[in-house]
Amino acid sequence: MKKTDALIIGAGPTGLFTAHQLKLIGLDCEIVDNLDKIGGQCIELYPDKPIYDIPAVPECTGEELTNNLLNQLKPFNIKFHLSERVEEVKKEGNNWLVKTSGGNSFLTPNVIIAGGVGSFEPRKFSPKECEKFENKSLFYSIKDKNIFKGKTVSIFGGGDSALDWAIELSKESHVNLIHRRDEFRGAQATVDKMHELVKDGKINLFTKYQMANVHGEQTLESIDIKHDNDEIKNLKTEYVLGFFGLIMQLGPIANWGLNLNKKTIEVDTEKFETNQKGIYAVGDICNYPGKLKLILSGFHEGALAARACFKLARPDEKYRFEFTTTSTNLLKRLGKKE
Amino acid sequence: MAKITYITSDNQTHTVEVQNGLTVMEGAVQNDIPGIDADCGGGMACATCHVYVKDDWFNKIPKKEDGEDDMLDMAFEPKTNSRLSCQIIVSDELDGLEVNIPSKQA
Repeated sequence: MKKTDALIIGAGPTGLFTAHQLKLIGLDCEIVDNLDKIGGQCIELYPDKPIYDIPAVPECTGEELTNNLLNQLKPFNIKFHLSERVEEVKKEGNNWLVKTSGGNSFLTPNVIIAGGVGSFEPRKFSPKECEKFENKSLFYSIKDKNIFKGKTVSIFGGGDSALDWAIELSKESHVNLIHRRDEFRGAQATVDKMHELVKDGKINLFTKYQMANVHGEQTLESIDIKHDNDEIKNLKTEYVLGFFGLIMQLGPIANWGLNLNKKTIEVDTEKFETNQKGIYAVGDICNYPGKLKLILSGFHEGALAARACFKLARPDEKYRFEFTTTSTNLLKRLGKKE
Repeated sequence: MAKITYITSDNQTHTVEVQNGLTVMEGAVQNDIPGIDADCGGGMACATCHVYVKDDWFNKIPKKEDGEDDMLDMAFEPKTNSRLSCQIIVSDELDGLEVNIPSKQA
């Protein structure tokens, strides 16, 4: 079990700046995120889209913002736990016991939820019957591509993941590529390459089709795909892959005894504390009168929550407000002074 | 101002007046109409404000711009009359618009 002054859930911009504020005032922290990379919505939803309303940054993309925040964290040693979802938060004396899907557990007086709109999960096929084969012959991500060797694989989607895997697997598998329209949103070079393979008979392409049903008792035998004009085609297939991007789900947060309002968590505006002492919510996931879902609001909320953490992490010390321009303490922590 | 009718998947009809300049998504969210999640808040980045536009209206409302169809690829059960309601801006011309809300957003 790891002990830390504060555990941050979510490695988006708000979580990152909150970590900065905690470290600056002398507390340690660790960050857990369900995504396999740092940056949250900025990286997952709009890495290339410019943002124009970060104070003193006239224009930057989601990716640039993330990189700048990571640069700002350089003086500090912060432990990230990626591809892990926080499953459980339980009271243990004056602390919270936090358990993740990756088998990590943390004991901490402070939990800061900077979870955006929840954790990112893969979007799934709509027919209910698909669940029966999930993680057996129907997948939303690939862990071991070798299982597809010599088999028939039906890939759904129109983005880079679907195209990249269709191209890759066409080397050693029979590939069906199914997409709801003629246009693909993947990189042009990848789209061209896919069309070449279709011409060479290496990929069977079905456009304007969507998943309608799956068939098979123990193992998957075939799928029905439905055209925009309602025509149904049956395809024999041993595996199905769906690449429809990610969706945000509140997930286990709903079970932690917090006051929720739709998909957000109610907090006060002094400490950004929830109805549970020592659990805070900052950024898009928190809610209070006047809440603005802007990145800049998340920075403010994180700064205040960090100060509130000090009280619980250092009950015998008094927090002193200091400026980075003048405080020797802070400059030392930033590595600017010996 | 336009009267907009939202029909949920269980066939409940909600007709509300929505101010010009707001989006069809905002009209739903501000009036607590269930079934429109709008996780990203109108940034065309999540496809959780997906609606089906009644056929006679589909060609009358402003066309999809770049990127909307890309997001619709990820929506739950997209059809040829699918739109993201955050991309439909309300004007007087939209008075009487009817949209169906899918059974789920994801």
